[in-house]
Amino acid sequence: MTTITTPKPAPAKEVDKDASMLKQKEMMAAHYDRLTSAPETGEKVASTFVPGNLNELIMCFDLLNNLPEVNAIQNGLRRQSGAYVLEAEKIGHSEDVCTYVKSDIGMMAKGNLAPNGKKFPNPDVLLLSYTGCFTFMKWFELLREQYQCETIMLHTPYMGDGKITKNMIEYMVKQLKDDVIPKLERISGKKFDIDRLREYLKKSAVAEDDLVRVLQSAKNKPSPIDAYFGGIYYIGPIFGAFRGTDDAIEYYKFLRGEVEDRLASGKGPVTPDGDMGKEKYRLVVEGPPNYTNFRQFWKMFYDEGAVVVASSYTKVGGVYDFGFRHDPGNPLETLAEYCLGVYTNRSLPMRIDMLSNYVKDYDADGLLINSIKSCNSFSAGQLLIMREVEKRTGKPGAFVESDLVDPRYFSAANIKNRLESYFQMIEQKRAGGRAAA
Amino acid sequence: MATPLNGHSCAEIVGRAQDLFDDLSFGAARQWKAASPERKVIGYMPIYVPREIIHAAGFLPLGIVGGGDQLEVIHGDAYYQSYICRIPRSTVELGVSGRLDFVDGMLFPSICDVIRNLSGMWKMMFPKVYVRYFDVPQNYRDDIGGNYYINELAELRHDLEELRGSPITDDELSRSIALYNENRRLVRDLYALRIRAPWQAPAAEVYLVLRAGLVLPVEEHSTMIREYLAAAAQEERPQRDNCRVVLTGVFCEQPPLNLIKSLELAGCYVVDDDLLLVTRWLTADVPTDGDPLRNLALAFLHQSESTAAKYEPDLKEKGQHLVRAVRRSAAEGVIFACPSFCDPALLERPMLQHVLKEADIPYIAFKYAENSGQMQPIREQAGTFSDSIKLWSGR
Amino acid sequence: MKTFVGIDLGSTTTKAVLLDENCAVIGRGITNSRSNYSTAARVASEEARVDGRFTLFRRALGEIGGLNGKLDDFLGALERAFRLEQFLEQLDDLERTCVGLVTGERFAGLETGIKEALGEVFRRLRHEAPELYAPGAKRKSDFFRDIAGSRYHNHAEEVARLARLPYDLLLNVYDKSIIDVENRPPSGKLSDKFHRALRRVIDADPSLSGIGGVLPAIERALAIELEESYLVGTGYGRVTLPFSKEHIRSEILCHGLGAHMMYPNTRTVLDIGGQDTKGIQVDANGIVENFQMNDRCAAGCGRYLGYIADEMNMGLHELGPMAMKSDRPARINSTCTVFAGAELRDRLSLGEKREDILAGLHRAIILRAISIISRAGGVTNEFTFTGGVAKNEAAVRELRKLISENYGEVTININPDSIYTGALGAAEFARRAYAGQAGRRES
Repeated sequence: MTTITTPKPAPAKEVDKDASMLKQKEMMAAHYDRLTSAPETGEKVASTFVPGNLNELIMCFDLLNNLPEVNAIQNGLRRQSGAYVLEAEKIGHSEDVCTYVKSDIGMMAKGNLAPNGKKFPNPDVLLLSYTGCFTFMKWFELLREQYQCETIMLHTPYMGDGKITKNMIEYMVKQLKDDVIPKLERISGKKFDIDRLREYLKKSAVAEDDLVRVLQSAKNKPSPIDAYFGGIYYIGPIFGAFRGTDDAIEYYKFLRGEVEDRLASGKGPVTPDGDMGKEKYRLVVEGPPNYTNFRQFWKMFYDEGAVVVASSYTKVGGVYDFGFRHDPGNPLETLAEYCLGVYTNRSLPMRIDMLSNYVKDYDADGLLINSIKSCNSFSAGQLLIMREVEKRTGKPGAFVESDLVDPRYFSAANIKNRLESYFQMIEQKRAGGRAAA
Repeated sequence: MATPLNGHSCAEIVGRAQDLFDDLSFGAARQWKAASPERKVIGYMPIYVPREIIHAAGFLPLGIVGGGDQLEVIHGDAYYQSYICRIPRSTVELGVSGRLDFVDGMLFPSICDVIRNLSGMWKMMFPKVYVRYFDVPQNYRDDIGGNYYINELAELRHDLEELRGSPITDDELSRSIALYNENRRLVRDLYALRIRAPWQAPAAEVYLVLRAGLVLPVEEHSTMIREYLAAAAQEERPQRDNCRVVLTGVFCEQPPLNLIKSLELAGCYVVDDDLLLVTRWLTADVPTDGDPLRNLALAFLHQSESTAAKYEPDLKEKGQHLVRAVRRSAAEGVIFACPSFCDPALLERPMLQHVLKEADIPYIAFKYAENSGQMQPIREQAGTFSDSIKLWSGR
Repeated sequence: MKTFVGIDLGSTTTKAVLLDENCAVIGRGITNSRSNYSTAARVASEEARVDGRFTLFRRALGEIGGLNGKLDDFLGALERAFRLEQFLEQLDDLERTCVGLVTGERFAGLETGIKEALGEVFRRLRHEAPELYAPGAKRKSDFFRDIAGSRYHNHAEEVARLARLPYDLLLNVYDKSIIDVENRPPSGKLSDKFHRALRRVIDADPSLSGIGGVLPAIERALAIELEESYLVGTGYGRVTLPFSKEHIRSEILCHGLGAHMMYPNTRTVLDIGGQDTKGIQVDANGIVENFQMNDRCAAGCGRYLGYIADEMNMGLHELGPMAMKSDRPARINSTCTVFAGAELRDRLSLGEKREDILAGLHRAIILRAISIISRAGGVTNEFTFTGGVAKNEAAVRELRKLISENYGEVTININPDSIYTGALGAAEFARRAYAGQAGRRES
C-alpha cells in the first residue's frame, strides 16, 4: 500500500473579512485621505512613532498624526517595500540597518506616495518620541535633513532597572511642559488646553478597556482571536492616529462584540481562509511579524491549527493588559507613564517575566520567537529570552528568523521547516505523555 | 635611539601597553584589586561613563571594549544571532569564561539597543554583580536634561556608596575630577602630537597607550602618557609621504590593531579619530569647586564630544563636529570604518557623508568586525584613497 | 513480513530505509535526487527493498552451516551479479530508447549509419559491463546515469570517429533518452533478476550448487513478501512532498530520531550538510527538544569545503588528510564562501603553509558549527556528528578538541553511514505510527 502520492492543492476560498476589519479599513482610508489633502485644507502634520505615540497631545493642537512606521507596514503589506529598501541601499544606506527606515527613505525617493496613490505632505514637525528604540533618533534626523523641518526631541528613559522612577517621570513631564508643548503651540498656532487633553485621555481609557477584553478573550479554549496576525489589525486604531477619538471607541466596542459572539458560539479565530478549524496548538509569540509575506506566514499557523494566544508585539505601542489606562486626572504624568511602559522600553528581565506569564496565563504550548534581522531592539537578547522562558515554563520554545519589510529575508521553506518541526515536537511530547499515562 | 628623559624608552612603554592590551584576563587590574581589601572594580562599556565617580569611591574603572581578534567566541554565540555585531558576544564570552570574575560591577551606557539589552542580560547572568544601565539625557537644557542627569549621577554615587559601605564626599569627587582633568589634558596633548608630527607617534602606538588607560588607575595612566610624549619626541622616525585622515565610526566595537596599522602602512596618517572616546569625552577642564555632580552634568551637556549616539538638536550643527575635526587636524579626508551591523555608525554615516560633501572633504567607507582578518582589501582602499588625495587634491 | 519505510528527499540524494517490527534495519537504498520527487522516492525505496532482500538471504543462509565462512563472499558475488543484471537491463532500455529517437531531419540520410554505430557502442558497453561489477572494481558512483554516461561518451566518441559520423548526433540521442530511462520503473520481475544473478554466480563457481540447503534457502527468502505497512517521508525545501500529510515528518525530527536509533544515549546531534547546519537536542526517546539551524548561508557547510577544494585544485577527500599534517592551524576569522578564495590566496601569498591554512579552515567550520550548537542548548553527552563533513578527519579532530576544551569529557559518535540518518528516523516514525494505530485498533 504505497502512499507515494502527490497531494492535490486545496480549492481557493472566498476571503472572509470581519465587519470590524472593514470599519478599520474605512478609518485608515479616511486618515490617509486627510493626510494627503493637508496641503489643500491647510491642516498641519506631525510625524511621530508608535512606541510613545502621544496622539492625544497631538490632537490638542489640531495636528494630523502621520506615523512613518505604519506607512512602512502598509508598504510591506502591499509588497512595495522591497523596491523601496533597494532604492535606499542604492542611495547609500547600509544593508544592516532597520528596514522600516529604508522603506520610508526609499518611498520618499520614489515619489512619496501614500496607499491612496497621492503624495504624502511634508510634515510641519517631527515629534521625535525617543522611546524604546535607538534607530528612531537617526530616522528622524534623516527625515529632518530631508524635509528641513523642525524636530522636537522627547526622551523616554529606558526602564533599565525594571521600574519607573520619580526622576524619569519628572524628566518627561518637564520636557512636555517646558519644551514639547511650547514648541507645538508655536508650530500649530494653537494654545494648549489641558482640559482638551483630559477629554481625549478619558476616551482613550474607554477604548483601552475594550481592547484588553479582546486580548484576554484568548485565555479561552478555543481562543476566538489570533493575538498576533489577527492582533495586527486589532492594535491599528489604538496604536495609530485614533486613540482618544470616538472612532476608536466605536471600533473597539464593535470588535469586542464580535469577539464575544465568537466566544459564545465556540468559534476559533477568523483567518483569510475563513474560520480556523480545530485548535491544536496555542502559542505565545515574541517579536514583530513579517509584513511582506504576512498571509503566507499566517497560513503556516492556521493550516496546522495553531493559534497565537498572546504576543509581545501587540504591546509595542502601549501595554494595557496589566492595568495601565490613560488617566485624565494626571494628564502629563500619564503620558509619561504610557511612554515608559511600552514593550520595547521594558528591560529584558521584564520582557521575560511578561512572556513567561503569558505562557502560563494563556495556557500556551510554548513560546515562538520571530527574530527580525534588522531590528536590534527586539532581537538582541532573544536567544536568552527563549532559554529563560523555556526554563521557567517547562515548555519548548521555537526560533524562526525573518525581517520586517525586506522580502529578501523571508524564506518560506526555511520558516515552514522550523515551524512544522516545532509543532511536531509538541505533538510528540503530548503523545509521549499519553503513552506514559 | 636617544636616551629618554626618565629611563623608559618608547619601545618599553609601548611594550607594556601591548602587554596590557593582550592580557584578556586583566592581570594588572586583578593585581590592583588584590593589593587592598576595600578595593573594587567597576567595568564599563563604550562610549562614556563619568569615571570620576567610580574613582572617588576608591574603585578602579575598567573599560571593557570586547574581546578583540585574539578571543575565540564559543559560548558567546549562544546569546546572539549572526546579524548582531561582535562586541556583545565577545563581552559575554569574557564574562562566562570567568575572565571578569573579579569585577564587582558593570555599567552599560545608553549607546544603542544591543548594549542596552545586554544590561538586562548581564543582570540575569551575573546576579551577584552590581549592574546599571547608565542613561544620559538627550535634552540639553540645564533645567530639564541637566536635572535628570544630576539625579542619575546621584543614583550612581549612592549605589557606589552602598558598595563601598561609606559615603563618597564632594571633596573626594572634586579630587578625582582634577585627576581626570589632567588625564584628559594629556590625552589632548597626545592628539596634538599626532596632528603636529604623526610620524613621531604611530597611530597603533598611540592607540595602545590610550587603551592602557582603560585598565590602569588614572594616575598611572597619566604618567604613562607623559613618559610616552617625552620618549616619542626623542625617537628618530622618518616622515612618510602619507595623506592625513580622520577615522570615524570606531567608537564602540574596536578595529583590530592590524587594521589601524594597515591604514598607516597603506599611506594614511590617522590624525584624529573617535577610538576610545571615553578618554577625552569632556572637552574642557571640569571645575573642581562647587557641586561636583552638577559640574560633571554641565560638562556633559555643554562641553562634550559629539557622536552618533548623541542627539544633535540643531540641524545646522549636525555633522559639523566632523568638519571641525578635519580642519583642526589639517586632515585631507575622512575614513568611515563602521563595525558590521552597528546601528549608530551605519545610520549616521549617510548624514555625515552629506555634510562632508558640502564641505568638499573626500571620504571612503568600509565595514569591519573586531576579529576581521583580511587586511588586504583595507590596504587597497586606504592606499587608493591616499593616492587619490595626493594626486587630485592639488597638493 | 511487516516493514516500515522511511524516505528522505535530500538536495543531492534521496535515501530510503526499511525497518522490521523489531527495529532492525533490513535494507537501505540511495539514489540521486531528481525533479520528479515521486520517482526519486520510488527508486530509493526499490533499492532499499533489494537491499532488504539480501538481508533476508543473509538471514536464511546464516542458518546453513555448509557455506563455511564463505557466506560474505557468496553474498558479495550475488549482489555484484544482481547489480550487473540491473545494469544490463537498463542498458537494453537505453539502447532501445536511443535507437527509437533516430528519426527526423537531423538524422536525414544517416539513420542506418547511426543505428549501426549505436549497436556497436552498446555491444562494447555490454561486453565491458561485467568488469565494472567484478570483485574489487572501483566505481566512482553507483548510479546508472553516472556509470553509463561516462562509458557511453568514451565509446561513442571512438565509434563515431572510426565510422566517420558526427559524434554530437550520438550524444544527442543519449541526452534525450537518459532521463526517461533513469525514471522508468524496471521492467521484468525482481525475482527473475535474482535468479539470473544466482545463475551467474553458480556458473562462476559450480561447487556452490552442491552445498545443501543454499538454493532452497534463497527460494524461501525470495518468497517472503515485504509488506509496506507504513511509510513516512521527509525532506527539506520542497513545496510539496509526494506524501499525504499524516505520512510526513519534519526532517529535523527525523534526523534527531535517526541519530537516537543509531546511538540510543545520544542527546546532542550536529549535522553539517552540504548547505545547512543543524544543532539538535533529543530526549531519551529520541524526540527533539530543541534545535537551531543555519540554513541561510553556506558558510561553514560542506559547500564551503567544495569551494576550497576547487581553489586549491585538490579533491574534496584530500583536504582532510592534508590538514591533518598541520599542528599550527592558522587563525581564520571568516568562513564566508564568497571570500574563501580571496582569503586563501592572501595567506598563501604571505607565505603561510597550505596545511596550516587548511587546518585553520577546518577549525573555522567547526567553530561555526559549535555556535549553532551553543544556541541550541550546548553539548550534552553523548554527542553524535553526522553529515558529509563528519567523514573529514581534520574536521573531526577540531571538533574533539573544541568539545573537550569547552564541555569536558563527552562521547563523540560518528557513523560512516550517517547519510541515512534522516531516512532511518522516518522509518522509525513509521513503525511507531503503525504501532500507535495498532494500539488504537485493539482498544
